[in-house]
Amino acid sequence: MYFCTDFKDTVICSKMQRKTLVRILSVLLFIVSFSALAQEHGMELKEVAPGKEGSKTKKEEIKEFINHHLLDSHSFNFFGSTDEETGETHHYGFPLPVIIWDEGLHTFMSSEFGHGDEIVESNGKYYALHHEKIYRTDAQGTLNYDAEHGDHPTNVRPLDFSITKSVVMMLLTGLLLIWLFRSLAKSYAKNGSIPRGIGRFFEPIVLYIRDDIAIANIGENKYKKYMPFLLTVFFFIWFLNMFGLTPLGVNVTGNIAVTTALAIIVFLITTFTGTKDYWKHIFDPLGDGMPWAGKILIYIILVPIEILGLFIKPFALLIRLYANMTAGHVVLMSLIGLIFIFKSWIGGPLSFGLSFAISLIELLVALLQAYIFTMLAALYFGFASETHAEHEAHEGEIQHL
Amino acid sequence: MTIPTIVGAGLAVIGAGIGIGMIGGKAMEAIARQPEAYGKIQTAMLIAAALIEGIGFAAIFAG
Repeated sequence: MYFCTDFKDTVICSKMQRKTLVRILSVLLFIVSFSALAQEHGMELKEVAPGKEGSKTKKEEIKEFINHHLLDSHSFNFFGSTDEETGETHHYGFPLPVIIWDEGLHTFMSSEFGHGDEIVESNGKYYALHHEKIYRTDAQGTLNYDAEHGDHPTNVRPLDFSITKSVVMMLLTGLLLIWLFRSLAKSYAKNGSIPRGIGRFFEPIVLYIRDDIAIANIGENKYKKYMPFLLTVFFFIWFLNMFGLTPLGVNVTGNIAVTTALAIIVFLITTFTGTKDYWKHIFDPLGDGMPWAGKILIYIILVPIEILGLFIKPFALLIRLYANMTAGHVVLMSLIGLIFIFKSWIGGPLSFGLSFAISLIELLVALLQAYIFTMLAALYFGFASETHAEHEAHEGEIQHL
Repeated sequence: MTIPTIVGAGLAVIGAGIGIGMIGGKAMEAIARQPEAYGKIQTAMLIAAALIEGIGFAAIFAG
């Protein structure tokens, strides 16, 4: 595919392209089928062993399974399978390190929790896992509940700095981004600014972000300062969204803590690169043209709204990404759960057809959410970095039109 | 979850749906009138739709 620079061997080219296409499609098909398999096994394991937590209806089991998937996890679990004869379940995956600060540092592997039902003793303190959260307990592992908190235990929760599933995925994505774009930069230097290989795919995207997001919203003069952040955040969110659709079973951008961190970074950049005119616009939006006596009445309402707006903007950013990705995962997994609700020949094809269609939409949403996050971040940076003179110039332009 | 909160969230989502529908429709009209402004119209449409969508999601989480 990448050797098709010469027009003479078009025939060979098209053949090779077809071959590559077939290869990509077969890999995709494998992933899709594997994904369905993984989900099924996960479901099966709960169906076979209902005695542990009392009998539940199928709907409740599916709901629990989806909720479990949406949470971050202390171990990387690919799939589980149940031995039909012995009734034993095997989980395939690997444990991750647990690091907690509870009047001293405690570190151990999450495999010590077993399948989440064992108590771990570390430096004289006992810890138990409940819904993927770590609680301090006693040697018997009692968790206290009260009416006010419902299903959440009232036990002390130590500070948890563990390398969880989401953290692993973020580190991997970060490393992937560094490796990918560093090697691309090197290949540009070597080939005299001509994109090669995968660079042909990424160059238009990078140019689009520069021309249609950064320059369009921030302006010719100042966009360069923000480009590294915009590119990083776009590819970071996009890659993580795409990883969420693979059978790895991760849900990183659907985790409100992750999106909050991203939004806080946007907020900090907006705040610290804000020009004098940006702050003047917030605290004195009417400018010098009005006497102060008249301003007071309006400003009692206007200034608090402007200040609230400072925080609402990044808040909307974080809620949008989180809610979109969570909603997508819930819909997909509910559709897969149809198989277990119908339990007849109709369930399989129906579930496959619907989840296939939703998967295609999710591919689009993964890109769209990354685009919108970057776009709105650029818009906020544009507001912050605009000076009075440029603002006037813009208004002049509008009037001219 | 009580019934009033669910109904309220539903109403808010209906509002957001109508809003996004109107944005999409108007953007279509605008593109039909000025096909050369396609890129700008699409960007403005996506921003407006994203802002309304945010309100819809906020309503769902409140409800």
